[in-house]
Amino acid sequence: MSKGDAAATPQSTAVSFRDVSRHYGSVKAVDRVSFDILDGEFFAMLGPSGSGKTTSLRLIAGFEQPTSGSVIIHGKDMNGVPPYDRDVNTVFQDYALFPHMNVVDNVAYGLMIRKVPAAERRRQAEEMLEMVALGGFGQRKPSQLSGGQRQRVALARALINHPSVLLLDEPLGALDLKLREQMQVELKAIQRRVGITFIYVTHDQGEALSMSDRVAVFNQGHIEQMARPHELYENPATAFVAGFVGVSNLLQGAAARAISGQDGACSIRPEKIYLATPGSAVPANAMSVAGRVTTILYLGANTRYDVALESGGEVTVAVQNRESHFEPAEGEQVLLWWEARHLMRLAG
Amino acid sequence: MTPSSSLSNRLSTYLFNRPNLVLCLLLLPPLLWLGVIYLGSLFSLLVQSFFSIDDFTGKVVYDLSLNSYARLFSATNLAIIFRTVMMASAVTVICGIIAFPLAYYIARFASGRTKALFYVAVMLPLWSNYLVRVYSWKLILAKEGAIHWMFNALGLGPLLEWILSLPVVEGSSLSTSYIGTALTFIYIWLPFMVLPIQAALERVPRSLLEASSDLGARPGETFRKVIFPLAIPGIAAGSIFTFSLTLGDYIIPQLIGSSRPFIGQAVYQFQGTAGDIPMAAAFAMVPIVIMAVYLTIAKRLGAFDAL
Repeated sequence: MSKGDAAATPQSTAVSFRDVSRHYGSVKAVDRVSFDILDGEFFAMLGPSGSGKTTSLRLIAGFEQPTSGSVIIHGKDMNGVPPYDRDVNTVFQDYALFPHMNVVDNVAYGLMIRKVPAAERRRQAEEMLEMVALGGFGQRKPSQLSGGQRQRVALARALINHPSVLLLDEPLGALDLKLREQMQVELKAIQRRVGITFIYVTHDQGEALSMSDRVAVFNQGHIEQMARPHELYENPATAFVAGFVGVSNLLQGAAARAISGQDGACSIRPEKIYLATPGSAVPANAMSVAGRVTTILYLGANTRYDVALESGGEVTVAVQNRESHFEPAEGEQVLLWWEARHLMRLAG
Repeated sequence: MTPSSSLSNRLSTYLFNRPNLVLCLLLLPPLLWLGVIYLGSLFSLLVQSFFSIDDFTGKVVYDLSLNSYARLFSATNLAIIFRTVMMASAVTVICGIIAFPLAYYIARFASGRTKALFYVAVMLPLWSNYLVRVYSWKLILAKEGAIHWMFNALGLGPLLEWILSLPVVEGSSLSTSYIGTALTFIYIWLPFMVLPIQAALERVPRSLLEASSDLGARPGETFRKVIFPLAIPGIAAGSIFTFSLTLGDYIIPQLIGSSRPFIGQAVYQFQGTAGDIPMAAAFAMVPIVIMAVYLTIAKRLGAFDAL
């Protein structure tokens, strides 16, 4: 497991997992996981469904208690501490807005529980709604809002309590693509402004890469790799990470041996590969392999070539449609080359 | 292609292109039933209540008058109405108090077989005959019945005697007192209160409770601010059942309780024994008006806001 270096300046730890497990009968949803999340960090938990990322989030929120190990928030062991006594707030996947209350009352719920006077909590709620660009929507019921607006209300409702850690459970999952991209930018901006720790659960690798300071990739109850987005993409530690984060050509067995010259799986990103006519000269630091184009998919910004390698196996090559370049036809022989440093040797 | 299949094909295509016609064909029979037979008879009831009966001949006089309604507001009849409304209110409140925890348990905690078991337990009484159930309660509540026996066996006989001697209650045994009537009503109508509340609670997603807890609310606060408000439409629906069913019932108060009449019995006697259809109709309007008032108040109080 490689560790990110977000802690270039010494920061205190917001949340840490110490050997945490959460089992449901024989199912190990989270299995002996340890990590530290720093104060003010935008931390993503990335993984497919059932990988343990949501359970980890629920362990921090207090909706679940660990089977063993301990969850520590700001130095305090949270074992047995109920959600209402934790200084964290959650933005739920389905938003979980109270349908019988209007938007202002939803946002002010936490303040009402803390017995803040009505006028004061209304003022703060309106202020929060302004921040999420929903000024003037206060009197509406949640059912009268669009998905994106509900999402903002949920965010305002969590942030009004000034938690030290904000948990977000796939908050953009139900939104359409355009809105999702817009909300990614806004969420990132809001996180910078309020400066609190965001822990963000998602199965969307694009979301995790674009917003986070660090990403933990979950698989089958444990963390495969925890690193900064750039490092995760360029330097995946395992075959799972290489496959889950971005598109990757995974080569195994004989095909891998023919290319890397050693045993063990390796992987290369489609956009790192160049296409050339057979017999072309390649730079000194490059590796090359011959193959035949089997499929061509035109995707607008780029074109995807599937190439069957002479040494066995198949790789996908992504070529940017910048200007006219070598454009092989289906069935044509080609030479593939890439810089040696882009070949990623994988564990597991 | 055979002619018959081509005919059914053409019919399918014809109907496919006329969705409104399909809708009409589907809705017409039930609307006729509801409109003509149900609303029609209700209207005829309303009209009947404005006729009156000739005191000498005993025949209905088909002139519009407020005679029946004037008689409705006599002290005796007002007492009947008051008695019935009080009973319906008590039955509704107690049904609500008993049903809520049960519905809450079924909706939030029971699952799989336990849930099915509870459903059956709640529904089972509805599968057996109403009269049989009422008569069995008559036996249970009788002076020689199980409850009196149990109180005596525990040495609490005097306590029961004391309760039965209280004003209003006044009865020689449970089966001849208002308590017996109320107990039977509560038993008979309880499923109608449990099921709507359970359905309302079932619709509250767990994430709402988690959100409340996440925002700092203790379980008691979550109950008061989230669970209970969202259950109110269910409670309102259940109370409409228990309240209106008690208002209209004439069998239970006749078999169990003091012999003082309820609205249902009054209607029964006026249209049967007395042959005074206009007066029976006027009396029958009472539950309808009370329910209209009841629903208006419930709506004003926001009982249906969370629907």
